[in-house]
Amino acid sequence: MRSNANEYAMVAPASLREALQLLAQSPDEWTPIAGGTELMVALGVGRLQSKKLVSLWGLSELRYTVASANEISIGAGATFTDIRNDKIIAQEFPLLALAASWTGAIANQNRGTLGGNIVNASPAADSPPALLVYQAEIELVSAGGTRRIPYKDFHLGYKRTVLAPGELVKAVHLPRAEKLPVQYIRKVGTRNAMAISKVELAAVGAMRSGKVAEVRIAAASLQEIPARLLGTEAVLLGQPLSASVVDAARKALLSETKPIDDIRSTANYRAQVAANLLEEFLLQLAASSDEARV
Amino acid sequence: MKIAKISFTVNGKPYSLEAPPIKRLLDVLREDLALTGTKEGCGEGECGSCSVLMNGVLVNSCLVPVLQAQGAELLTVEGLANHGKLAVLQQKFLEHGGAQCGICTPGMMMAAEALLSRNANPKLEEIREGLAGNLCRCTGYMKIFESVNQAIDSAEKTTR
Ligand SMILES: Cc1cc2nc3c(=O)[nH]c(=O)nc-3n(C[C@H](O)[C@H](O)[C@H](O)COP(=O)(O)OP(=O)(O)OC[C@H]3O[C@@H](n4cnc5c(N)ncnc54)[C@H](O)[C@@H]3O)c2cc1C
Ligand code: FES
Ligand code: FES
Repeated sequence: MRSNANEYAMVAPASLREALQLLAQSPDEWTPIAGGTELMVALGVGRLQSKKLVSLWGLSELRYTVASANEISIGAGATFTDIRNDKIIAQEFPLLALAASWTGAIANQNRGTLGGNIVNASPAADSPPALLVYQAEIELVSAGGTRRIPYKDFHLGYKRTVLAPGELVKAVHLPRAEKLPVQYIRKVGTRNAMAISKVELAAVGAMRSGKVAEVRIAAASLQEIPARLLGTEAVLLGQPLSASVVDAARKALLSETKPIDDIRSTANYRAQVAANLLEEFLLQLAASSDEARV
Repeated sequence: MKIAKISFTVNGKPYSLEAPPIKRLLDVLREDLALTGTKEGCGEGECGSCSVLMNGVLVNSCLVPVLQAQGAELLTVEGLANHGKLAVLQQKFLEHGGAQCGICTPGMMMAAEALLSRNANPKLEEIREGLAGNLCRCTGYMKIFESVNQAIDSAEKTTR
């Protein structure tokens, strides 16, 4: 049953500073709410535990995308629509733009934020694999100041992150390094625009002299947290994409992931599909090598 | 409990009211303002029947706490017609069988309105994407896409 709205308090501070001060006074009491596309669903089904919410929606200090020479910074409050509308992201970080384009349909993309997607920390979330292959950094902010860490270190375990009480995600930073020629992302789900993924794989790579010179692969829904597949990458690096190497990469992927059975899919299906997605990426990577030769 | 004072405009008309700040915009529209054109289907963001425009942007009103609509300009299905005259979009839904039982129709029209306000001349693919968050259990969608397509300015259409 739906929760009773009368049991909840919510405030909307006028600035990020004010929000942080409020959080600092009683960090365990307040829960941030941005676009509400997770928390309001929880309210709808009677499962919203936090009784006091501080709204971050509309805070200009969190809602921006800005490019410098070295990186593009995306505020935690940027919506998926904001991300899709950014020309530099579309050009240099196409996997993130694609992930944004299928994070629910338009109404959801207009409200759902990057910060909410990351902090909700679902193993199935769509933007983390793209952020991981682009080697994102994440900036956290509290009344005490800010800190910046590699995004890969943000998730600690199932729905557990390094966020301290009273701390918010401020922004994500993507280094504008040279864009690798092969950019791959594919989400397998039930209903194209809307469904949470059963499996998602994001990968970037480059061949040099017929061998894998660079490769970064990350997946959603294959383990407790969104994570790089470092073992699989290690099997591929420096190798030609022969049938035996592809086979070894498939095996490495299966051994370093732990897909589960849940309402959306089975472990067996996820494992099969993930290995097939990997192979699809490797075919594209191999083809890029052929193109370079002619 | 804490009650929030909320002011916003709906269909150009200013409103001030008091409500629990987390009360769903959907419920405020329907219960407090008696604007029952906006429908509830799933209550979970999946079906789009509660779609409204908030500051010109399509949102699912079942997932908007009313406090976040503070100061907003809202457009609901009641705001489409002008002095009792149907908007082109409504007229085309009527003419082309875009509505059957009608529960999804207000949401479909708001999603279409949002699409056409961004893109005056959408291709079929774009219409499909713009309406992908709206479920219909009656029409099979084709007549809805056709209705939206027909609502595109005929002048625009000759140039595609
Ligand atoms: C119909 C529907 C379809 C969806 N489809 C997808 C999908 O395909 N893929 C996908 O990945 N997700 C999907 N989602 C989930 C959701 O839209 C995303 O996870 C979204 O990014 C959540 O962002 P939000 O701002 O709405 O989060 P909120 O609900 O506002 O918050 C989510 C969590 O993040 C915390 N939070 C928010 N901002 C911050 C911040 N700056 N600092 C610290 N904590 C913060 C909140 O406290 C809360 O714990 C879907 C949801 C719906 C309703
Ligand atoms: S009732 Fe809001 S999306 Fe279904
Ligand atoms: S007309 Fe009945 S659900 Fe669409």
